Amino acid sequence: MYAIIDGNEAAARVAHRLSEVIAIYPITPASPMGELADEWSTRGETNLWGTVPEVVEMQSEAGAAGALHGAVQAGALATTFTASQGLLLMLPNMFKIAGELTPTVIHVAARTVATHALSIFGDHSDVMAARSTGFAMLAASSVQEAHDFAAVAHAVTLRSRVPFLHFFDGFRTSHEMGRVALLDDSDLHALIDERAVLAHRALRLTPDAPVLRGTAQNPDVFFQAREAANPHYDAVPGIVQEVMDELAARTGRHYHAVDYVGSTTAEHVLVLMGSGCGAARECVADLASRGDPVGLVTIRLYRPFPASALAAALPDTARRVAVLDRTKEPGAVGEPLYLDVVAALHAGGRGDVDVLGGRYGLSSKEFTPAMVKGVLDSLVRADTPRPFTVGIVDDVTHTSVPPDPDYTLEGGEIRAVFYGLGADGTVGACKATTKIIGEGTELHPQAYFVYDSKKSGSITVSHLRFGPDPITSTYLVERATFVACHQFQFLERIDVLACAADGATFLLNSPHGPGEVWDHLPREVQETIIAKRLHFFVIDAHSVAREAGMGARINTVMQPCFFALAGVLPRDEAVAKIKDHVERMYARRGRPIVERNHAAIDAALHALHEVSVPTAVTATSGRLPPVPADAPDFVQRVTGRILEGQGDLLPVSALPVDGTFPTGTARWEKRMIAHEIPIWDPDICIDCGKCAIACPHAAIRMKVYAPSTLEDLDAEVLTKPFRSKEISGYNVTIQVAPDDCTGCGVCVDVCPAKNKAEVRLKAINMRPAATHRMQERVRFDAFLCIPEAAPDLLEPGTVKGSQVREPLFEYSGACAGCGETPYLKLLTQLFGDRIVIANATGCSSIYGANLPTTPWTTNAAGRGPAWSNSLFEDNAEFGLGMRLALESHLHEATRLLHDLAPLVGEDLARTILEAPQTSSVEIETQRRLVEDLQGHLAGVGGEAAGQAARLDSIADDLVRKSVWIVGGDGWAYDIGYGGLDHVLASGRDLNILVLDTEVYSNTGGQASKATPRAAVAKFAAAGKATGKKDLGMIATQYGDVYVAHVALGANDVQTVKAFVEADEWPGPSLVIAYSTCIAHGIDMATSMSHQKDAVRSGYWPLYRYHPGADEHARPFKLDSKSPSIPFREFAAKEARFAMLERVDPERARELADLAQADIDERWRLYDQMTDIERTVIGTEREEDWD
Amino acid sequence: MVDLTVDYLGMTLRSPLVASASPATADVDGLRRLEDAGCAAVVLPSLFEEEIEHYALEVDRILMTGADSHTEAHSYFPDLYEYYTGPERYLDLVERAKRAVSIPVIPSLNGVTTGWWTEFARHLQDAGADAIELNEYVVAADPNLSSASVEERYLDLVREVEATVDIPFAVKIGPFFSSFGNMAGQLVAAGADGLVLFNRFFQPDIDLDTLSVEPHLTLSDSEDLRLPLRWIALLRRRIEASLAASSGIHTVEDVLKALLAGADVTMMASALLRHGADHIQGVERALVGWLEDHGYTSVRLLQGSVCADAAADPSAYERANYLQTLRSYSSDRI
Repeated sequence: MYAIIDGNEAAARVAHRLSEVIAIYPITPASPMGELADEWSTRGETNLWGTVPEVVEMQSEAGAAGALHGAVQAGALATTFTASQGLLLMLPNMFKIAGELTPTVIHVAARTVATHALSIFGDHSDVMAARSTGFAMLAASSVQEAHDFAAVAHAVTLRSRVPFLHFFDGFRTSHEMGRVALLDDSDLHALIDERAVLAHRALRLTPDAPVLRGTAQNPDVFFQAREAANPHYDAVPGIVQEVMDELAARTGRHYHAVDYVGSTTAEHVLVLMGSGCGAARECVADLASRGDPVGLVTIRLYRPFPASALAAALPDTARRVAVLDRTKEPGAVGEPLYLDVVAALHAGGRGDVDVLGGRYGLSSKEFTPAMVKGVLDSLVRADTPRPFTVGIVDDVTHTSVPPDPDYTLEGGEIRAVFYGLGADGTVGACKATTKIIGEGTELHPQAYFVYDSKKSGSITVSHLRFGPDPITSTYLVERATFVACHQFQFLERIDVLACAADGATFLLNSPHGPGEVWDHLPREVQETIIAKRLHFFVIDAHSVAREAGMGARINTVMQPCFFALAGVLPRDEAVAKIKDHVERMYARRGRPIVERNHAAIDAALHALHEVSVPTAVTATSGRLPPVPADAPDFVQRVTGRILEGQGDLLPVSALPVDGTFPTGTARWEKRMIAHEIPIWDPDICIDCGKCAIACPHAAIRMKVYAPSTLEDLDAEVLTKPFRSKEISGYNVTIQVAPDDCTGCGVCVDVCPAKNKAEVRLKAINMRPAATHRMQERVRFDAFLCIPEAAPDLLEPGTVKGSQVREPLFEYSGACAGCGETPYLKLLTQLFGDRIVIANATGCSSIYGANLPTTPWTTNAAGRGPAWSNSLFEDNAEFGLGMRLALESHLHEATRLLHDLAPLVGEDLARTILEAPQTSSVEIETQRRLVEDLQGHLAGVGGEAAGQAARLDSIADDLVRKSVWIVGGDGWAYDIGYGGLDHVLASGRDLNILVLDTEVYSNTGGQASKATPRAAVAKFAAAGKATGKKDLGMIATQYGDVYVAHVALGANDVQTVKAFVEADEWPGPSLVIAYSTCIAHGIDMATSMSHQKDAVRSGYWPLYRYHPGADEHARPFKLDSKSPSIPFREFAAKEARFAMLERVDPERARELADLAQADIDERWRLYDQMTDIERTVIGTEREEDWD
Repeated sequence: MVDLTVDYLGMTLRSPLVASASPATADVDGLRRLEDAGCAAVVLPSLFEEEIEHYALEVDRILMTGADSHTEAHSYFPDLYEYYTGPERYLDLVERAKRAVSIPVIPSLNGVTTGWWTEFARHLQDAGADAIELNEYVVAADPNLSSASVEERYLDLVREVEATVDIPFAVKIGPFFSSFGNMAGQLVAAGADGLVLFNRFFQPDIDLDTLSVEPHLTLSDSEDLRLPLRWIALLRRRIEASLAASSGIHTVEDVLKALLAGADVTMMASALLRHGADHIQGVERALVGWLEDHGYTSVRLLQGSVCADAAADPSAYERANYLQTLRSYSSDRI
């Protein structure tokens, strides 16, 4: 039996069948394994023995490993899934589990460990960090092997008692779809030794036969005990082969701990493991078939290392071996696999073989046959660098060996590349196509998907191959026989035809018909179509989809066109199979969905037209430059290349040595993704600033200025007199950044001013971008020339006052309508020129700092947020470290200034040291004073020169700085809670902003302890049965922690106040900000309205807990009114709650009742809290409390 | 003993007192109460085409939101495999209703287009429905849409349901046709076994605080019977179909008038919502009393005895009557 699945599902299917307990925690790219296990158990699917596996989500991978350890100690068959940092968090338990010889399997989608940067992509740096744990390690190099080796690992761990780490390459294998021959129950029963299962149970901890494990041992016996397990490890290779042989007998798929392919008289041999073996095998097989003396050793069992098997596998003729490691161990003699091979060959009497070590494929860097050929060619030369790299151009330390540029080799007869938008369903359609062909024909399918790093307007590239033989091409399609561009505008930005082979078919979704389209193509596209003699077809898929009620989802229109043009199946058969697939996919969602899809399919082929390609290029303009010509040098040289998809070509010298990048780069990336943009109507506007404060992308700007300012502008901006109680004689302009707006519509939703003559219109209205973009571009350029308001023009602690300040967080790639980003933007408007940000891994670290650009930026003076991300789990501690460094510098600067006061001026020193630094004006004054001080320090010579230099280096820290620790609920409530709690207890001047989306948003909406009762989320597929953790109330228990619970959409005034108070509070502050998210299942245009309902229902009460020194201080202030609508009214509008009603109405009702009870009870508590008197204990900061 | 039985859609009912679609018929307990009170048949609240479409589209939208858009998150919700987006729960209500009561159960389909959703008529039949009420309601908001094409949509839908089910079905419509009598005839010719006159529907209202347009429904009163009364009287003996009076039936007087005009059954909704299920019992008692007092041995004898073709002055149902009313109204006031 076959299935078209990816590597994650291939492994998870076996793991779920062979486990009783599954401990999970989300981490890319392993999350789908946990999600599938959870979904299967929720549906009641059983394991091999008829029991539904217990699936438990833990607070971190460390927690998952702990639960795993406990489960196996108690005799369960248990497993978990993880990657990268998650695996690192499991290491302590892995040593324990292995030391206790406890059978278990950890399935790992191997991923890069964060170093100079986080990377979600694949390499072996994580699993290599686990090689000393005592876990056996089995490496799968394909989707089929991920399935087979999962079974082998579970079988062998039970027979050997040695725990297994089964790994396969993140993304390249975990997310590649292929045809997998499934192991059925009889196969699994045959492989799993029931006696071993019973033996494992017999060793469980039970008071009926009590034993003691986990002892502490002393120098006298620890060592011997450590060696006592050796026989078990010695037996593993044999047992692995035994199980692999049993598998082969049942399936015909033969594996060995070490496999060799290639010439039997090979002189040059490659050794590697993982998905790279696919490309290597293709190249070696090709060259060997031509008589080249080359071979490939695939390592499958990595620990215990099969030294003798390796020596035996290597042909006697081998003279030089290149060992390729997909990891980097800086400072080592060589990477781990290289060292293992060297040692093994020496031990096996093959010390004569010259072994070279090389690195390849870090962070899923492409590894192609041309690179394999390059490595093999380098084995012929004497000057090959040691160690070498392949796949990059190292122009710094010159380690790289070049690929063979003329060598191409690629599996699959049909090779197709599809360019789409995340929102248009292209990837979904390609997955469907893969299944249709893989399940309905004899052809072998392969599908792999590449996404850019944006969460809104993201570009997807789908790489599909089909052929009569199994496809082992573990790299992107290089010579496509079919290229489809599903979005016409891509032609101006990226070279979609670079991968097209000569004579390929090019399908373009075009608003222009076959007679007109040619004249709308950029010059480069016309040139390529002619040069490569492409067969060119167009379809207006958007029109077809719109008419069929499919909206922007053009996938159903484009898919039949692919079938019609690629010729995989006869056209009628293809249409029938597509419809059948639609029926199977969507019938569960309802008949209308099926009908609409069918209508789109029927209409598609009628709208498909071939274009008669002219013989000459007629276009006068080419593709747009990736960044404007006035962008800074680094942006031109590096950022721009990455933006145009040429990042792979950047040499080592182009990149920073330590991961440090300039900020302020998002402004150069003009994405133009909005179909509609907001246009301001000054006649209706009431100057409230709500549109600006709610805008998630800083694409709505507000400036207040003297009317005379307009005289200096090159172009007109819309303007009106500014209404204010604070100032008079000023004008205001609200302006959209037309190329940066995502078109989310939040600004329109929050606008309270209605046009009295036409109530559908407000003071800001969405209009077609196509007709307004040019004019707004001119206006925006002029708007930028209006000077920023003086910091004291308006009180900053108000909505208007905050919104006339320059945002230093702009144009992020967050989801359109994101509920998190308005808070970050506000943070920068209030304190942006003096904050250091510690950012937990998650959505905010991705839209904040995923290359190529960052939204964090600077003001005209060059000041702005300094930002860094350490890890997911340690963010609070990371921020505390920053605070401690600042305080240390402040203390030293204060001491030095006292010492140097006679030299720099007593008055200046005293003024600086005693300066109040509460308001922006006072802080700006302090900056001027410090600049003055630095001027004086430059003139200090003699014995004090050293002290002066030290003070100069940290004098900036005499200006007040704020540390903000930012992260999501997954961090704050779960994985980072221990650190967060410690920081709250520290008493230090730190500010914590929790962007609470109530799920792990970045990894796709898994439940956290912030997830409310009754909500459906991944890992809580049946609706979360337990209530949300009240993090705010926990924090208030310390007494000296400022706590605020805010929802900008419900009360922007309270939010601004809370931010200001938190920053002013000299101790720890915790602001928990309700952040709407696409994982709530809402229309994100109404994001802020949902926040309003959340507060009205009492679901999200607004409060501030402001500690006070007064004996009768009442620190807790409720800022929202008692609930005025029931929970159900709020919940009915959010799919996360409402969808349970569609699945399990009875449970939905029960949980909704409990959720209402949660609200009622919490409100009762909070109501009582408002009367509680509490005083902060301690005197050292009393002067600050006022 | 007066014989209260009547025929409706080929069924013999114990009386002409039927509960129309309303929250009173929305659950099995309510249906039991109605049966206990003597209700002759129940019409379940409508299964709306828009409702089915809405839920299906919502589930689809949720599952597709952000799907396959980002490297780290290929979806944002678990795929729960089974969704009640279609008529499943409604069919469940039909099945439970059939098990709970012995009187005829008439589910109601409410829609405006032909196509996928009329398949649900068959599902209702399979679930045990005794008959179906097809509630058709089109607001021809497009000024380019001709009355003929609107009428054709009504007829297409009736033809499609007629081709789909074997059980009888009645069409419930509004009165707003240029030639209602002709339309009624066409509906019957297209396959309708009966007509329910008339449906009441949500009408828009404007919220003065928010200036938003809100749907609004008011309960009927006896005055609302006038319009169905006229058309039942005009259609009785002129078309071959069951006729149900369904607006403004509150009191025994209303019931009697409708029956006299020619209704086969009278349907109550607002009265039941106001007074509860037991109201039917009271009306039935009063009906029996009136019939006995006036020497009728059966309802059948009464039915249609004052229809247009049987009334002493048929023109009273037509335009002349309008003029007379207008004059008398004016003279009263001047």
